[in-house]
Amino acid sequence: MTRKLSLVWLNYKQNKVIYWMALPVVLYFLVFKYLPMYGAVIAFKEYTVGKGIWGSEWVGLQHFRDFFQSYYFWRVLKNTLILSFYQLLFGFPAPILLALLLNELRHEMFKRTVQTVSYIPHFISLVVICGMVVDFSSRDGLFNSIITFFGGESSALLSDPGNFRTIYTASSIWQELGFSTIIYLAALSGINPELYDASMVDGASRLRRVWHITLPGIIPMIVILLILRIGGLMEIGFEKVILLYNPNVYDTADVISTFVYRKGISESAEFSYTTAVGLFQSLVNFILLIGANRLSKAVSDNKLF
Amino acid sequence: MTIKRTIGEKLFDSLNVLLMVLLIIITLYPLWHVLNASLSDSNRLMAHSGLLLLPDGFNLDSYKLVLSNPSILSGYRNTLVIVVLGTALNLLFTILGAYTLSRKSFMLRNPIMLAIVFTMFFNGGIIPTYLLINNTLHLGDNLLALIVPGLVSSYNLIIMRTAFQGISENLLESARIDGAGEMRILWRIVVPLSMPVIAVMILFYGVGHWNSWFSAILYIRDRDLYPLQLVLREILIQNSTDSMTTSAAMGDKEAIGESVKYATVMVATLPILFIYPFLQKYFVKGVMIGAIKE
Repeated sequence: MTRKLSLVWLNYKQNKVIYWMALPVVLYFLVFKYLPMYGAVIAFKEYTVGKGIWGSEWVGLQHFRDFFQSYYFWRVLKNTLILSFYQLLFGFPAPILLALLLNELRHEMFKRTVQTVSYIPHFISLVVICGMVVDFSSRDGLFNSIITFFGGESSALLSDPGNFRTIYTASSIWQELGFSTIIYLAALSGINPELYDASMVDGASRLRRVWHITLPGIIPMIVILLILRIGGLMEIGFEKVILLYNPNVYDTADVISTFVYRKGISESAEFSYTTAVGLFQSLVNFILLIGANRLSKAVSDNKLF
Repeated sequence: MTIKRTIGEKLFDSLNVLLMVLLIIITLYPLWHVLNASLSDSNRLMAHSGLLLLPDGFNLDSYKLVLSNPSILSGYRNTLVIVVLGTALNLLFTILGAYTLSRKSFMLRNPIMLAIVFTMFFNGGIIPTYLLINNTLHLGDNLLALIVPGLVSSYNLIIMRTAFQGISENLLESARIDGAGEMRILWRIVVPLSMPVIAVMILFYGVGHWNSWFSAILYIRDRDLYPLQLVLREILIQNSTDSMTTSAAMGDKEAIGESVKYATVMVATLPILFIYPFLQKYFVKGVMIGAIKE
């Protein structure tokens, strides 16, 4: 240990400027990323602003137990997982499919036009997108005009708990579908064209080429993104939930993060309790990420780290 | 080398094109609808139902109301400050971090990198971060609270570090032999050689600041400091168009409120849509640089 320290000291003396240049960034991460991790110990304490983190009393796992036994636990856990699952089931394959279809387009100009147009919604701010969704979902909004045109009944769509997940997922896909294809198209452009030429000589049909050359070419990218997705399973894009939900639909819309935000900041200030809930969420996420990475390493060569 | 297409393939190709045209319509129509609604006469718009292919009674009144709304104007001003100052600081910190962490002679670079990557996958949570910024650092009601906590994005740092690592070591070594210090090497050689990736970073950070609203909810209470997105949220989501419809007769309020919302969407989105075609390729490039790293 001391040997190592003296080596670093030697290295510092030779590269003083580098060390000083790195200092602001290191300080930033210490203060804004690692200090809150230390602050998370209040999950095991009865924190009050007056006593501070250090002075507050330890209560062990009390807050975790309270959460697991509360009525809200199952509600927010279920909503988080189902919403995530919707995103995974519909939102994850959609850009892959679109990338494959774009790849099959024969006119370069048309392909580029479709791409350019499909990226546009990504650049509109979330607040504006949700504003449009809220407006379109209102009783006399665009969605209801379409529904009544096809003979349905007009209703306040965002006040019905049964609609929330559909509206959330569909609007997310609408916004991000095009932009998410970029990463797959990049992977597709990396496939050796000789493979295609060879397969044509062998008389492979187009479907077979997609199946045996194109798809395998982007599988590593798919797996990496899937691992990341699974590692974020407990983390919904909750800013969007906050913009779209209202007390009428808490039954399906309230997720862990929004629960933490309401109980910890906007409606009451149960700091310790909500920190415990947040910590539970982070831990599960971290375990899922490691697990998915392990699994992928075991069944294929693809891994994140 | 081309091979004659079979009937099945021809069918697939036409179907594919049809599908793409449908995609374009679904993507663009909502925006077109809002544009037309914002340009329509508010009373006729209220009575209108269904698709809106052209403005119903061309009228710019709602734009006049929106553009003379002090909240929108101060929102634009605050957001501009945050975007410019924030992006400049983001860039400075990210460049310093990426450069030092790309230097092989820096012994601590791997442990520091590991510590940074760890924060991408694990964090203290919303509440401890909120307590730190609001109670410990007293940054509430200060625009710095919207800038400093996000100074460096780990993801962007990794992208930039990868780009810096691609610069020839010999080039930097010969500059060193000529007596150039680290600072000089960074600002005179590394940065000018990395302009494409720096452009990408400016966009990523800049758009991030432009779109951000949640940290403002947490830390900003003073209405004069609201960034644009927070003002938009009040108007679009919380439906508070009262400040702009006060002069209207009671019955017209609702109708004018609706038009005002559409005009607000346009006022907040048009600047982005106008510069979008010029910036698009940089975003695409940014995603690709990030992808290659992985």
